[in-house]
Amino acid sequence: MADPEIKSYEPHHESQSAAVTESRPVKAVLMAFAFAFLAVFLLLPLIVVFHEALAKGAGAYTEALSSPDTRSAIRLTLLVAAISVPLNVVFGISAAWAIAKFEFKGKAFLTTLIDLPFSVSPVISGLVYVLLFGAQGLLGAWLKAHGIVILFAVPGIVLATIFVTFPFVARELIPLMQEQGNGDEEAALSLGASGWQAFWYVTLPNVKWGLLYGVLLCNARAMGEFGAVSVVSGHIRGLTNTMPLHVEILYNEYNAVGAFAVASLLAGLALVTLVLKTLLEMRYGAELAAARGH
Amino acid sequence: MEVRVVNVRKEFERFPALHDVSLDIRSGELIALLGPSGSGKTTLLRLIAGLERPTKGAIFFGDEDASQKSIQERNVGFVFQHYALFRHMTVADNIGFGLKVRHGAARPSGQEIRRRALELLDLVQLSGLEKRYPAQLSGGQRQRVALARAMAIEPKVLLLDEPFGALDAQVRRELRRWLREIHDRTGHTTVFVTHDQEEALELADRVVVMSQGRIEQVGTADDIYDTPNSPFVYSFIGESSSLPVKVENGEVWIADRPIGLSAPHAPSGEAVLHFRPHDVDLVDGCSGCIAGTVAASRRVAGTRRVELEIGGERQRVEIELPVDHPAAQKSRVAFRPRRWKLFPAT
Repeated sequence: MADPEIKSYEPHHESQSAAVTESRPVKAVLMAFAFAFLAVFLLLPLIVVFHEALAKGAGAYTEALSSPDTRSAIRLTLLVAAISVPLNVVFGISAAWAIAKFEFKGKAFLTTLIDLPFSVSPVISGLVYVLLFGAQGLLGAWLKAHGIVILFAVPGIVLATIFVTFPFVARELIPLMQEQGNGDEEAALSLGASGWQAFWYVTLPNVKWGLLYGVLLCNARAMGEFGAVSVVSGHIRGLTNTMPLHVEILYNEYNAVGAFAVASLLAGLALVTLVLKTLLEMRYGAELAAARGH
Repeated sequence: MEVRVVNVRKEFERFPALHDVSLDIRSGELIALLGPSGSGKTTLLRLIAGLERPTKGAIFFGDEDASQKSIQERNVGFVFQHYALFRHMTVADNIGFGLKVRHGAARPSGQEIRRRALELLDLVQLSGLEKRYPAQLSGGQRQRVALARAMAIEPKVLLLDEPFGALDAQVRRELRRWLREIHDRTGHTTVFVTHDQEEALELADRVVVMSQGRIEQVGTADDIYDTPNSPFVYSFIGESSSLPVKVENGEVWIADRPIGLSAPHAPSGEAVLHFRPHDVDLVDGCSGCIAGTVAASRRVAGTRRVELEIGGERQRVEIELPVDHPAAQKSRVAFRPRRWKLFPAT
């Protein structure tokens, strides 16, 4: 049997028609403007961060990074990310699964709720936790009676971070799963797979790049979050200071090298995230296209 | 495996998709569910598979009530309309999936799974493509991988949802013949859904014609084509012409003339006469026939179709004439249907 030619799913770029192509000078001006804008507002600050961090030489830089308080801030940030990112992965997958694969009342409401952290100022998110868990707060007395410390301690920081980062994974997965529908899962079940096997062998591999993308963004935000964490942290050196908070403290103490050294780590994280994100987009652009709702 | 559908009703959020449907599928049979979209044919297929649960009624596999069994327990091979191949797995892994997810002793070794996958790949004539991914296959090849994957679990029943719906005409015809061959070789009880009457009549041992959630008729291609039992089947399968008539004393009348057809068992009153445009005898003169004026004529393949205006009310019917028939515009043609059926006027 003769088969027709093999079809591939390479995205092909249509060449633009002459009618909608601007003249050369206009193109040049537009591009120059875009590049200049980015250079001033993004590239320059980035260079300044590294320049200031290394202003007194590499020795001062490593020394700044090895101070106990800085180390503790780095450890705390890593800990917070290590707790909140996996939790948000679980939450994101469950929420996306529920929204994409089932029909139920309140679905639109749930979708809106997931977007809430994007629309609420992080400071407000932090304040809500103060009102909830603080000494004068709703649950404050009960928590105190049971000896549970949340506010101005690590649990509060983790909670605030989870709150501000929970849309990232879910938002990446929902459109992707909606687009893919139930067909593959039904096929897996009809072949005898259990629900868990269908999820593990079929659903997860189908969304893995979208998931990874969501995890990257979630992680970057979890490590970089300032506002919400600042409200609930209490700024106790060596105990409840995350990296962004530590940068502020060092800067306020006129310790420019220290502040920018820590900042350079955060900037480095941002750069790594950006590179990975770009690589993912290049490699799996078609799969992620569905998820680019925002 | 024999499959019996007994008085099944299915509602989706109060909207009935199937009304009280019963169907016996014989073991080893290749049967087609044929109907327009919204007729409930895919719902019936999904109910047999266990992808949906009936609102009422039961489905038996052999003597066993399968209605309450999950899809995993039913052991059916389901081929989805868009194949639903696992895109991140190679062709061989796709085919072996149903064996890989088995537990304990029922699960063959990795080597055995691979051997079986290659064997099935050979059966569907795709040897050598085991390392390809679904995206690297043509539509027809994907269809065949999907079938091989469904057959890998040695299903009791093979269920195919619009198996050729997404393919172009040439590939469809080839795959149709090929599916018939595979069926004859493996002997699986096979049910497939289609909206293409040609596909159903050509491929299936028996055809189930469905409309609006009900089964209209079940029978062989000959039964369905030659003796349709409802106006729907008449108009849905093949070409048909219809005329409003009157029955009086067992004779069929158009306006004030008997047309030479006797219907001794039909009740007197208004009725609709159905017949196939090609199933007519041309007659000379007209005592006891249908006569009309040629209103339009067109060439269809090896024959000529003419539209006749009948009687004072200018009802139009189509009949088929030999190409060399001299009927021109405005000439009169008289005929009598060879095979026909009366249905009550609606």
